[in-house]
Amino acid sequence: MYEKDGEKYFIVDAHLHFWDASRENWVEGQEQYAKGWIDCFYGYHQLAPPETHWDYEHYLKVSADDLMRDVFDEGHVDKAIFQSTYLKSWYKAGFNTVEQNGALLEKHPDKFIVNGRFDPRDGDAGLRQLEEDARRWNLQGVKVYTAEWHENGSRGWKLTDPEAYRFLEKCRELGIRNVHAHKGPTIWPLNKDAFSVEDVDQTATDFPDLNFIIEHAGIPRIDDFAYMAVQEPNVYAGLSVVMGAHLHARPKTFARFMGELLFWVGEDRLTFGSDYNIWTPKWQVEAFVDWQMPDDEAFTDYPRLTTAAKKKILGLNAARLYGIDVPEECRLPEPPTIPEQPAEQLMDDAAGAQA
Amino acid sequence: MLRDAVWAALGTVLDPELDEPITELDFVAECTVDDHAVARVRLRLPTFFCAPNFSFLMVADAYDAVSAVEGVTRAEVVLADHHAAAEINGGVAAHAGFVETFAGEADADLADLRRYFLEKAVIAGQDRVARPLVDAGAGPDELAELTLGTAPSSPDLERLRQRRAALGLPADDGAPLLIHPDGGGVAAAQVPLHLRRARLTRLGIEANGDMCRSLLQNRYGTAGGA
Repeated sequence: MYEKDGEKYFIVDAHLHFWDASRENWVEGQEQYAKGWIDCFYGYHQLAPPETHWDYEHYLKVSADDLMRDVFDEGHVDKAIFQSTYLKSWYKAGFNTVEQNGALLEKHPDKFIVNGRFDPRDGDAGLRQLEEDARRWNLQGVKVYTAEWHENGSRGWKLTDPEAYRFLEKCRELGIRNVHAHKGPTIWPLNKDAFSVEDVDQTATDFPDLNFIIEHAGIPRIDDFAYMAVQEPNVYAGLSVVMGAHLHARPKTFARFMGELLFWVGEDRLTFGSDYNIWTPKWQVEAFVDWQMPDDEAFTDYPRLTTAAKKKILGLNAARLYGIDVPEECRLPEPPTIPEQPAEQLMDDAAGAQA
Repeated sequence: MLRDAVWAALGTVLDPELDEPITELDFVAECTVDDHAVARVRLRLPTFFCAPNFSFLMVADAYDAVSAVEGVTRAEVVLADHHAAAEINGGVAAHAGFVETFAGEADADLADLRRYFLEKAVIAGQDRVARPLVDAGAGPDELAELTLGTAPSSPDLERLRQRRAALGLPADDGAPLLIHPDGGGVAAAQVPLHLRRARLTRLGIEANGDMCRSLLQNRYGTAGGA
């Protein structure tokens, strides 16, 4: 919990990692990719305040104790949701597998939620693995990378692929309600469709009982994302990277992102994620609680960010998605009275004009 | 000087996603012309994993632009410090297309990709031109009536004309300022939503450009800007 000016914030970090990018874990012959990948993240790490920077060796791999201190003791986080990233073609034991995350869950069952993953190109074996993971880790969510390469030669997939629908139906059956899709900065996909958010649109309509949390809010294709999200009530914007890369390094840009996301998606469908170990949560939580829309004229027609909205974004929205019990003192006294997304009204007006 | 002409030619090469010249993005690490009028250009990008499709377009466009400079006898354009540098440099030098270069890995050539980002540029450009007018009090009716000829002239307006022309969209004085990327018109009642979208598209492009600049600075320790 984070407390500031008499307000209590329940913090759910809905997107973090526990990776192993140490040299011992680099696949022989693939070292340049393994190094290239973590170097890329280390570049993003530099966008945080200088006093929070780590040295490179530490960045490659932190200990479980480091993580517990950074996230819970110092980072204000009450509940952390692990996402996994496999990348086994470069990292022998995987970059950040469900097992790595699960080991921490077993030690601290009240602190973590572990999300699984699936890749529809794994076929029946993948379905069985998902069932097994769901039982073992009590999965409520999964993380998917549609731009990931596959050993079968494919360079990406879409949520709308028939094979993907089989996996989503399996999620339904297993009680997995939250699908986190990485739709973010253009790193490495060969085919342009790999980063498109178009597939989320149709899939969210076809699976209204699942929630689709689009990590990094589709940035830089935030326009495609927002215009889709406004029409799909079960689509959320994950703020990982949105905060980490901009809150300190580009405050004006962050203000524009927040303004647009509040307008198009609304404060009830935004979730905080520190993206640890790219960045630590402490400075992000503290800076976000202190943050307010600038007074400059350029920002006047963006919605303001209230204390209640900050509480939702930092924890209450994710707590709702994952059924996390929130202490009484951190809850909001009453349901919001403001319109959920101002953009809806504008779209209705324009549609009326078109008819 | 021939080197100036080569530099100017590189200034016409855009990062397709960021819609800015590679010279302004500081992507040109080296540009020389020797006594035999051979132009050598080395490009660099913000990360090791920048998407190969965008990277390929920039290297190929730079090669074409420099080769076309009068007086240049031969152009050598290479991309440095990139995971697909060998394939891209080899492919461009051999005048191979993207699909041929990445045989078995890529299934579409890059014309669609270029078009996708040009459409974004055309939408974002409308915000750049219209925003000062909105701030000065112009309403939806007035904005819907504006043409490229009646909008106040500015570098942003020129840039918008160029992008529209590249897409085959009307770019003459009589063409409406506000249009959809398919060329369709925007009715007055649709103007507020249209401009909201345009502003959002512009944010996506500009924020991405800022991020790429930050990453490039961190990677190469440069001050940014050429």
